[in-house]
Amino acid sequence: MATPSYSTIVKDGLWDNNGVLCMLLGMCPTMAMTTSATNGFGMGLATAAVMASSNLLVAIFRGYITYEVRVPVFILIVASMVTLVDLTMNAWMHELYKVLGLFIPLIVSNCLPLARLESFAAKEPVLPSLVDGIFMGLGFTFALTAIGAMREIVGSGTLFADASLLLGPAFKFMEMRILPPEASVLVMILPPGGFLATGLLVAGKRLIDIRAGKAISMGGAHCVG
Amino acid sequence: MSKPSYVHGLILGAFCLGFGVVLAGTDMVTSAPIAQRALEDKQNALSKVIPPGIHDNVPVTDTITLSNHDGKPITIYRATKGGKVTGVAYQIEGSGYAGEMRLMLAVDADGKILGVRALAHKETPGLGDKIDTAKTDWITRFDGLFLGNPPADKWKVKKDGGVFDQFSGATITPRGVVAAIRHGLEFFAENKTQLLEVR
Repeated sequence: MATPSYSTIVKDGLWDNNGVLCMLLGMCPTMAMTTSATNGFGMGLATAAVMASSNLLVAIFRGYITYEVRVPVFILIVASMVTLVDLTMNAWMHELYKVLGLFIPLIVSNCLPLARLESFAAKEPVLPSLVDGIFMGLGFTFALTAIGAMREIVGSGTLFADASLLLGPAFKFMEMRILPPEASVLVMILPPGGFLATGLLVAGKRLIDIRAGKAISMGGAHCVG
Repeated sequence: MSKPSYVHGLILGAFCLGFGVVLAGTDMVTSAPIAQRALEDKQNALSKVIPPGIHDNVPVTDTITLSNHDGKPITIYRATKGGKVTGVAYQIEGSGYAGEMRLMLAVDADGKILGVRALAHKETPGLGDKIDTAKTDWITRFDGLFLGNPPADKWKVKKDGGVFDQFSGATITPRGVVAAIRHGLEFFAENKTQLLEVR
């Protein structure tokens, strides 16, 4: 299989083969972390950092990793990158760590990074692998932010609450109140809301794709094309 | 042509060694800042329950350790002024709707509550999380109270015949908090001499 072009990699990561909306991978952090748009965004970025660095490392070392031990080596690399992000954030981005800290170790159990290592970085050159890691990660961030925004607007009536905690005081302007507190539907920030929002977004993505005349095929590591 | 199995073992071993070294290095660099951040967090929590006027020491580093009923060690942060203990703060635990809630309780030398704050909990957003000062000031209701005001058998939420308000839609969380504070005050009463002893 020829290495896909960069524009294909970017489009795949962000939309066509989006990790959450299309491959339905990484559901554990997707459900747990999307009670607000800010949380989803932060979790997405942390995952993107892990995906970009582990994709890069696997692509660099792929000549040395034999087929028989590839899975333990991949897991070792992902786990090391997660620990690295965890320690670094705790030491130097402590406010953010207090929000996301509990969920960083969850990235290890996210099958999306592992899936990209196996199906992309293990076969492709270094630069495309790095790009794939970055854009798969950004696609994941986009999906989590969208799910978080839906749940937050309906569930607590706000959007990007506490964004200034995550991004710094300059982003205070993003914090909005959309609905009065009395109008909020609590179930959306409880676990069922995660499934509802994710389901609606997956359906929405399919609808847009069908309108655009794209072929839809279900599941698998690559669901479009 | 497949390689002999020890080759795979060596490769895996080499990767483990390499990443082990990287992680050890990261840990060496970050352990000091992480310890510093943890200390700052504690200091923050303490400064919210111990008024600055009553001490001239640094409570977060002035600690003693006692054990409670179950033999569990409890770290006591002491506020002292002029060599006398003016207040003590310690962590208390209550069971909420969604598992354990950890709170910080500060009591002055007479057993009066200086302040209580929730440190960590997993209560339902919008219902049980009203114990956070970021949401409502319900928890400041306890400031200045002691065992006797209200009397011990009234240290309950109203629904259970006590004096403290529950939240609409959530009784279990305030019930857990009230019980935790009552136990915390009983702990103070039982260990008063040790707590106030000047070293």
